[in-house]
Amino acid sequence: MPSTDKTLDQILNLAATHFKVPREKLDPDADFFKALGIDSLQTLDLLTRLEHHFHVELPDYELQGVTDFRTLAGKIQARL
Amino acid sequence: MEQYKGQALSWVLNSGVIELSLHRAPCNELGSLTLDEMEAFAAALEDMQLHANALIIYSALECGFCAGADLRELYERSQAMDKAEALKGVRDFLERIHRVLNLIDGAPLTTIAAVHGVTFGGGFELALTCDLIIADKMARFCFPELRLGLIPGFGGIPRLKRDLGNAVVRDLLLTGRSFNATKAQQIGLVSQVVSEGEAVRAARATAAQMGKFDRETSIVAKRFIKPIPEEELRREIDIFCELFARPAVEAGLKKFVESTEVQPYLP
Repeated sequence: MPSTDKTLDQILNLAATHFKVPREKLDPDADFFKALGIDSLQTLDLLTRLEHHFHVELPDYELQGVTDFRTLAGKIQARL
Repeated sequence: MEQYKGQALSWVLNSGVIELSLHRAPCNELGSLTLDEMEAFAAALEDMQLHANALIIYSALECGFCAGADLRELYERSQAMDKAEALKGVRDFLERIHRVLNLIDGAPLTTIAAVHGVTFGGGFELALTCDLIIADKMARFCFPELRLGLIPGFGGIPRLKRDLGNAVVRDLLLTGRSFNATKAQQIGLVSQVVSEGEAVRAARATAAQMGKFDRETSIVAKRFIKPIPEEELRREIDIFCELFARPAVEAGLKKFVESTEVQPYLP
């Protein structure tokens, strides 16, 4: 099982690639809605891509209150 | 009418396949305009289905198949009238949309929903009327109605019960969570998962395959294996209307409509 840091790294890479934002501009602890410029529909799109990438199922209610990549990585890590 | 281009949807009958395309921005929300055009489609279908063996329903919009009922229109219209009038309007809308969806559900031709992206609420219910759902891997399904103090009102619960085990139905309905195409296929909801953007192509190939069989036999087989849960569909309308009368629903709709948050589609 990968470490949480590796999981976080993969999330940042995937988000940067898909939403065409420079990887170095993504701060793990910043608000990802603002960093990526995305709304809730696009967040669901990101969630779907993360589920496929990590082969997990992450109920979207687990994203309540989650606004940064690091916390998101923790949620995914808990499902690996 | 074998071809029609409307504001919310369009259709064409070509070589035995009817293609119904949804295209009302932002995400095919089902309101009065779409319902008017769906009723026009239903009327045209009565004749077209005599010359077709398949119907494919899909969305031409990037965001997804359909985000569900037009909640803004529902809220704004209900605010503009007294409670009794609003309830009557809701029941009338439900009965009209049920008539259309029941027609598609029982149509004497094979029906395929080719879905991608957001397939929520009423959009999910539209997909459930079809014999098959083919999803691209970015499709996401959800019954979020409980978040608003409601239940699905366009026939979703009876059709989901028809297709899936009760435990799965309880999970989807009572958590209101969204789930992806892989999960949808695992639980038996989706027949094929394809690459992003490939759902309509796969639906056309499937329709072509189904078109090889004797039409009459296919119709008889479909009637045998796919009952229309008429009593439960009527009961669902009653329950929806009972719930709609509650203040919690008005509050839920107001919150959704007036939200400036980035997360209205998240639980």
